[in-house]
Amino acid sequence: MKLIYKAPETFTKKPTTYCPGCTHGIAHRLIAELLEEMDLVKKAVIVWPVGCSVFGYDFIDTDATVAAHGRACAMATGIKRAHPESFVITYQGDGDLASIGMAETVHAAARGELITTIFINNGNFGMTGGQMAPTTLIGQVTTTSPYGRKPEVNGFPIHVAEMLATLDGPAYIARASLDSPQHINQAKNFIRKAFKAQLLGLGYSLVELVSTCPTNWKMTPVEALERVRKEVLPVFPIGEFRVVKGVE
Amino acid sequence: MMGERLLMKGSEALAEAAIRAGAQIFFGYPITPQNETPEYFSRRMPELGRKYVQAESEVASINMVYGAAATGTRVITTSSSPGISLMQEGFSYIGNSNVPCVVVNVMRGGPGLGNIAPAQGDYFQATKGGGHGDYHSIVLAPHTVQEQCDLMYDAFELAEKYRIMVVVLSDGLLGQMMEPVEFKDWVDVSKLKTPDWAIVGKGDRPRNLISSFELDPEGLEKMNLALQEKYKKIAENETRYELYMMDDAEYALTGFGTVARIMKTTVKMLREKGIKAGLIRPITVWPFPYKVYEDFADKVKFFFDVEMNEGQMLEDVKLGVNGKKPVLYYGRLGGVVPTAEEIYKQFRLHLGGC
Repeated sequence: MKLIYKAPETFTKKPTTYCPGCTHGIAHRLIAELLEEMDLVKKAVIVWPVGCSVFGYDFIDTDATVAAHGRACAMATGIKRAHPESFVITYQGDGDLASIGMAETVHAAARGELITTIFINNGNFGMTGGQMAPTTLIGQVTTTSPYGRKPEVNGFPIHVAEMLATLDGPAYIARASLDSPQHINQAKNFIRKAFKAQLLGLGYSLVELVSTCPTNWKMTPVEALERVRKEVLPVFPIGEFRVVKGVE
Repeated sequence: MMGERLLMKGSEALAEAAIRAGAQIFFGYPITPQNETPEYFSRRMPELGRKYVQAESEVASINMVYGAAATGTRVITTSSSPGISLMQEGFSYIGNSNVPCVVVNVMRGGPGLGNIAPAQGDYFQATKGGGHGDYHSIVLAPHTVQEQCDLMYDAFELAEKYRIMVVVLSDGLLGQMMEPVEFKDWVDVSKLKTPDWAIVGKGDRPRNLISSFELDPEGLEKMNLALQEKYKKIAENETRYELYMMDDAEYALTGFGTVARIMKTTVKMLREKGIKAGLIRPITVWPFPYKVYEDFADKVKFFFDVEMNEGQMLEDVKLGVNGKKPVLYYGRLGGVVPTAEEIYKQFRLHLGGC
């Protein structure tokens, strides 16, 4: 029988700790596959975040660290500047990156740090029980926006990819979605370009991945994917927002 | 260039000393009264093919330090009191991640925005943690520009020996004054090796993980106990202090950093009047030299502690003396630097009048 698909070698054998239907597993897989395909496993250093994916180092077998909440891009800056031969990735959620770590993210991007950020946008703080995030949609009910997010009280969702694309430092900024096989393939393609941007020394790169959180959204995995298509993607459209010459 | 004697401002001299001691990369954010230090690094580091990055905040700069430290690179940041407060989060993570780095705090008047005058109000913060959890950093308290430079070498060596953060606890006076200074030999950075625990890409070895994270309480307790073991070893081996005219002293003055320097003059003034005074000056304020106070408690009539804060080190002095003799105190706040005469007068009040 011909083997056509298998787990990446870089995956440890440890079962992941994610909820059923969560798309972290897909994001991890794309990263591991690309590290292997691009021969980056041996030089990769992944900066894992605070949040559900804090245990990421248990699932992907590379050198790794866990940053303080929001500080991944600063820590990654330190690693990359001190040791430019390393291939440095930050993996961050929307609370981590767009709330408490916004300053570190924007400035790492503006400096054109040669790091790559994988940004998981699932519209809430997953690990702490589904509180409102900067990416929570207007009207969305969370544990800290029980009446639905209201602009006059909570402000508006932040479009991270579009915002960072206005800066000169990033070489590649894109948003993809993990809701369907086609979109997952596109996400992999985007992440490949983001990795390429770092390898070629062109600047900062980020791929925002629209993701699900069935547990905190109080939905089945299928309903959560449907919600992504119906409600989230119209607000957070997928596509490439900044592609400097050489990345394409 | 051993033997080279230069007249330098403290804040620039410390940068030059750090560079000669092998600092490979600097991250920082400007704050008065230590701006000459990052300015000096920004010019000098590229000159030597080393690196300088101005961060967007102190929060970012300490996390950049954390990242660079995790690669086993000699890394330093410098700041002043309010900036150091912002770094406390990073200090705690660095503490439980066992990575080496050097942090200079050029203390200024506080709390809050305070002012830019020299002060010593960050003693508690530096020696008792500051960030969350049971961690310590080695804290060195120089009292001259020369000592500040010498300790820079020790700071990097101690940091690497114990995989710990070393704080050089300076103040606005030591930063702003000019003194002649002689530097020790250059450390050959080309000979510095990437340690086997560093995260730089796993290559052909099993992967490395630098983390302060452990969800299992018993696992985290184990991590904590390992830290405490390390601290115990440091306290046993690295405690430092200076004794000044203490051989026949009947009265022990004590203080750290800038104040201790001024108190040396006070001791001379007292000696001229035939009063047998001496000075105990802790150089490591963590680990604190408790034993020297305990030892002198049998020999002196009382201790007189002077600080530019509201008696923060006083608590440690009292712990050392352990109730055996009176410990008297005089302090100035808000960035006021007491004069030798003022300290002399205060001491004489305790003796029963001038």
